[in-house]
Amino acid sequence: MRIVVAMKAVPDLVEEIELTPDETGIDREYLKFVLNEWDDQALEEALLVKDATGAEVVAVGLADDPDMEQALYTAIAKGADGAVKLTGGGLDTHARAAAFAAYLAQEPADLVITGVQAPDDLDGQLAPMLAARLGQRHVSVVVGVTVQDGNLVVRQEFSGGRSHELQLPTPAVIGLQASRETPRYAPITRIRQAMQAGGLQEATVDAGAEASGLTVRRMYRPEATGHAEMFSGDTEEVAGKIIELLRERGIVKA
Amino acid sequence: MSNDVLVLAEHVGGQISESTYELLGKAKELAAAWGGKAEVALFGPAELASWLDGADTVVSIDHPALADYTCEGYETALRSVLAERSPRLVLLSNATVGLDLGAALSVLWDAPLAAYVGGLWAHGDSLVATCQVMGGKIMAEVELTAERAVCTVLAGAFPAAHGQEASHHHEVVSAAAPEALETLQTNLARVIEPEGGDVNITDADLLVSVGRGIDSQDNLELVQELADTLGVPLSASRPIIDSGWLPKTRQVGKSGLKVKPKAYLAFGISGAPEHLEGMRDAELIIACNTDENAPIFEVAHYGTTEDLFDLVPTLVDKIKE
Ligand SMILES: Cc1cc2nc3c(=O)[nH]c(=O)nc-3n(C[C@H](O)[C@H](O)[C@H](O)COP(=O)(O)OP(=O)(O)OC[C@H]3O[C@@H](n4cnc5c(N)ncnc54)[C@H](O)[C@@H]3O)c2cc1C
Ligand SMILES: Nc1ncnc2c1ncn2[C@@H]1O[C@H](COP(=O)(O)O)[C@@H](O)[C@H]1O
Repeated sequence: MRIVVAMKAVPDLVEEIELTPDETGIDREYLKFVLNEWDDQALEEALLVKDATGAEVVAVGLADDPDMEQALYTAIAKGADGAVKLTGGGLDTHARAAAFAAYLAQEPADLVITGVQAPDDLDGQLAPMLAARLGQRHVSVVVGVTVQDGNLVVRQEFSGGRSHELQLPTPAVIGLQASRETPRYAPITRIRQAMQAGGLQEATVDAGAEASGLTVRRMYRPEATGHAEMFSGDTEEVAGKIIELLRERGIVKA
Repeated sequence: MSNDVLVLAEHVGGQISESTYELLGKAKELAAAWGGKAEVALFGPAELASWLDGADTVVSIDHPALADYTCEGYETALRSVLAERSPRLVLLSNATVGLDLGAALSVLWDAPLAAYVGGLWAHGDSLVATCQVMGGKIMAEVELTAERAVCTVLAGAFPAAHGQEASHHHEVVSAAAPEALETLQTNLARVIEPEGGDVNITDADLLVSVGRGIDSQDNLELVQELADTLGVPLSASRPIIDSGWLPKTRQVGKSGLKVKPKAYLAFGISGAPEHLEGMRDAELIIACNTDENAPIFEVAHYGTTEDLFDLVPTLVDKIKE
């Protein structure tokens, strides 16, 4: 079984996010990028399937994504059998789906696992778009993928903690919400070794799809109207105010 | 193309979900503005249509393969309804069903998609939506100019009441089940209900809640001590549960539990939309987060950018005094 894990670099949301001067986009210049945390879970789940079945795992990322090489070598250091730098995709999810679909048409996979979503954009999730382009089945919000008798067994989560256990044949595309285990850790020495060994494959596709029919009028920070009243003072004073609030309301006795 | 707005109904255990009514209310408003109808696609038991008399038209496909939700079954049925009725806009909830179907429809039905929608209004012939991007730190106001569109809408974005008011020209149309439903490859093996908890966090008057700011499992002791000192349960954001540091029964949010305590203390929680969905109705929210731009401060009543590793022990000491 060949498993492809699709990866994306996203802005580190702990950093300050700046808008472009015309306020219709995110200023990417000074942003720090990190691997989409859900893609890390997707990789872990793929490696768990590999551990259990001996499947081949290949990580694929877009060459234009910031720091993608590092993420791909990290995937190799963690146990992926190969990693591919893909040229030809665009920024939005439609363009990414088109690029990954074009790659998968050349190098078919039995199973594609990708993060359930990326937190940065507004035009949706890669897994269903990719599946739709490939004409394959897909399931999103999945918290566990195993293989039984050549079929996939996946657990799909719904609100309130209810979930469905589904069986479906390959090929399929899975949007992963959480891996069964905490994503494994690759020591920096092993990532360096992988980098020194080189061996990222490169692939180029021609897939120029952009989301159309949607224009951004403006971007803005959520209105400050509902903003919390910020406590002033040092730690002692802040703690004192919190306890006072809880006492006032009779939530904390004494 | 029509001027109709179509909502996909969701139901569990024979109950139409609250989000369906929220979407239907908005669909009625938009349909009125465009001179179209508010329609609901209802898959599964046709008798549930009686709970949807707020719709002008309920398009029902009753087929055994649709008794419970599966992506493949619903996608097949929804595509046949769209081919038949050509609505101007499809509204889905931005939860599992919307995450499954929204982006797929955007490709298969060739329509732009706006996800994480919190606001939606007609602007002449076109449609304007506000979406949360960057994990809720930034809002994007987008115009959907194509002749059709798909939106996945956040829970609680619109009131449910309007969707529950009976429509004057309510009709139920039974649509033919597409043949492809006979040959679906996805098999629902079992439905897993949430396990009962060691504690029920939805019963608590006060919750001490912790997020990824706590950094490691060892540090959890710190907030556990605060919770113990206050005599209340410890709850958490999803990553803490996914890491296996606390049981699933302690998870607050979209895929966890909705809580409405008298007070909610959030330590090291950024306030992603999925988390806010589970706690925004708490009577008093106090948030501690070192990032002054964290979205949690948009819903919190009080906030502090103190480091939780300083604040939590101080709180414990002061309460013990
Ligand atoms: C379908 C779906 C369902 C989901 N369901 C849920 C759900 O039910 N519940 C849920 O919570 N999430 C859910 N999520 C995940 C959600 O999108 C976020 O990833 C998650 O809520 C983030 O958790 P967090 O705030 O703890 O972590 P982060 O977003 O990483 O935030 C950590 C915060 O801690 C702050 N911090 C760091 N150090 C300190 C310090 N020393 N002192 C104070 N603050 C500090 C940082 O500034 C940061 O804001 C779901 C996602 C999807 C796609
Ligand atoms: N929205 C709904 N969709 C389907 N069935 C419902 C709905 N609301 C109520 N019911 C059914 O009617 C019963 C009584 O509900 P209620 O009238 O809300 O107290 C419930 O136990 C359900 O079986």
